[in-house]
Amino acid sequence: MRRDYENEKKDMVVVEGSYAVASAVKACRPNVISAYPITPQTHIVEELSQFIADGEIPNCEYVMVESEFSALSALVGSSAAGARSYSATTSQGLELMHEVLFNVSGMRLPVVMTIANRAVSAPINIWNDQQDSISQRDTGWIQLYAEDTQEISDMTAQAFKIAEDPDILLPVMTCMDGFILSHVYEPVVLLDDDLVAEYLPPFEPELKLDPKNPKTFGAFADPNSYTEFRYLQQQAMDKALKKIEDAADEFYDLFGRYYGGLIDTYETDDADIILMAMGSIVGTIKDVIDKLRANGVKVGLLKVRSFRPFPVEAIHNVIKDAKVVVALDKNISIGLNEGALFTETKGSLYNTKIDVPVIGFMIGQGGRDIPVETIENIVDEAKKVMDSGITVESQFTDLKEELL
Amino acid sequence: MKSLLAPGHRGCAGCCDAMAAKFTLMAAGEDCIVVSPTGCLEVMTTPYPESSWEIPWIHSLFENNAAVASGIEAALKAKGEMGKTKIIAMGGDGATLDIGMRSVSGAFERGHDFTFVCIDNEAYMNTGVQRSGATPFAASTTTSPAGTVSFGNIRPKKNMPAIIAAHGSPYVATTSIGYPKDMIRKVKAAVDVEGPTYVHAHAPCTTGWGFDTSKTVEVAKMAVETCLWPLYEMEDGEITKVKKVKNPKPVEDYLKMQRRFKHLFTKEGGDEMIKKIQALADENIEKFGLQ
Repeated sequence: MRRDYENEKKDMVVVEGSYAVASAVKACRPNVISAYPITPQTHIVEELSQFIADGEIPNCEYVMVESEFSALSALVGSSAAGARSYSATTSQGLELMHEVLFNVSGMRLPVVMTIANRAVSAPINIWNDQQDSISQRDTGWIQLYAEDTQEISDMTAQAFKIAEDPDILLPVMTCMDGFILSHVYEPVVLLDDDLVAEYLPPFEPELKLDPKNPKTFGAFADPNSYTEFRYLQQQAMDKALKKIEDAADEFYDLFGRYYGGLIDTYETDDADIILMAMGSIVGTIKDVIDKLRANGVKVGLLKVRSFRPFPVEAIHNVIKDAKVVVALDKNISIGLNEGALFTETKGSLYNTKIDVPVIGFMIGQGGRDIPVETIENIVDEAKKVMDSGITVESQFTDLKEELL
Repeated sequence: MKSLLAPGHRGCAGCCDAMAAKFTLMAAGEDCIVVSPTGCLEVMTTPYPESSWEIPWIHSLFENNAAVASGIEAALKAKGEMGKTKIIAMGGDGATLDIGMRSVSGAFERGHDFTFVCIDNEAYMNTGVQRSGATPFAASTTTSPAGTVSFGNIRPKKNMPAIIAAHGSPYVATTSIGYPKDMIRKVKAAVDVEGPTYVHAHAPCTTGWGFDTSKTVEVAKMAVETCLWPLYEMEDGEITKVKKVKNPKPVEDYLKMQRRFKHLFTKEGGDEMIKKIQALADENIEKFGLQ
């Protein structure tokens, strides 16, 4: 994190997180927006609708579709026709888009979509966890997770820059914790139109649906060529590792705000215990670290900003000298009893020379509060692993036995 | 009129899809963008790295070509490129009447300026002749087979043109690939009318219906001549033009040509079913004033 808060204060306004996102989208000059309302994403699309109604986003069409499935489908068409294209959704809406997600990434369409992370049914639950976007991990979308409203706002511009880079051409999900970030009012610096214009060039794809230069999009690929399409998508993801870093650095140069590229760290240099997490929970973890550090506990935070592509090298560089690593996940792969960040981190270490124990905790599901004490208890568990090895590899936290 | 569907595609001999696509492009001209969903048409015209499309073409999923077309229209509007370019979504009966229904309904309700061409071959031909919402009464398909107790599909065709007209479409027409001039004229009328327009093209499938590959046009014409497939145009929900059928032929003449109706001529009680099908034709004669 590199920011000059004192200097930023004069430009700050107190707005809802959703407004900050909508305002950032506006500054990015989209040509087509298509979305269907769903809690807790709704405020974003309402704000965008108002901007359109007030003529504040020139050269932009808002397609008011009948479902999330059609929202993303419309953007398949618009993006292929050369329009900068944006949507926002969450939870069931994102699940409904699942098939189209593959279509967008397979045709290399640089759509940007904000996810206001929310639990998925059943049972129905509108509150925050990250099961929705994590469930889409293999759809070929870049996935970035934001810590606070300022970051999700700034990440919007970075996302378009990453997505539309001719070397990348992959869709990007920018993920913010539903309600916790989408509905909170915080002081933020809204993106300045002129600076964004300087940062983000117009979207001019080399190939588009153009009668003057007819091309076929989404052709039928048989076993003779399908593999190569997949390989090229993976190659673009590999290239995105650097592009995500570059986009963050260039953003810092112009706007003076930096939250990490692929990852960010807090107090990790000499840390025995490193907590890994994504999203708004990293704020709570930083507070706990401050408290524990004051008591001499050598604990640090590894914030994962990019979950896809998964930044293996960057993560290894941070955790290689730790004595224990703890991954905190607001999701679960049912049947494995592990959260995704834990599984991916643990898996990435196999076949390396890094020998560090990794344990996982599944926390905050369906919007359950994550108090400071929960994080402190997790650090206590990590200390036990440090002293006597792993007893439980991955577990739920704060289960209410009386409800089972 | 230049054909913009290059020869050498992988369609069956006598393929109705190829004809429908060719006639549509003849009507639309070079300045158009086509969306088509998963189905025979996509598979046979776009085997990577080849393509039969001499205009910009994009594959949608099975169920969303109307939504993809909506996005293309929005993009051209936003970028000030919505001049003469025609946007056409083409879909089979499955992609239109069944799995794509919500997307089609949404696009027509929103009023995008595009034309939807339904190529109706009355079953899911790409996957092996399974029943669709457009499969006619008493047709045998692999999921509505005729059997010892069944005469095949027991439901009439879903009336898609009426559903589209109910959305407030300014132009809806039925046509048949057996009448190329009729189809080209109607698609041209559709793309020239502003707003969401619809052309429903009857398209006999040699494989799925079971007739000789040389008979596609003959079978298509027979559907019209027996009055089982009336050709008409609707403007703002009202029927404005109907193709008259002077001396309607008996439906047996049409049914006999196709393997999918074979059971009606071999199975006990088949003649009752044929009478019911004749009644459907008679109803059309009355309803659309075909004589």
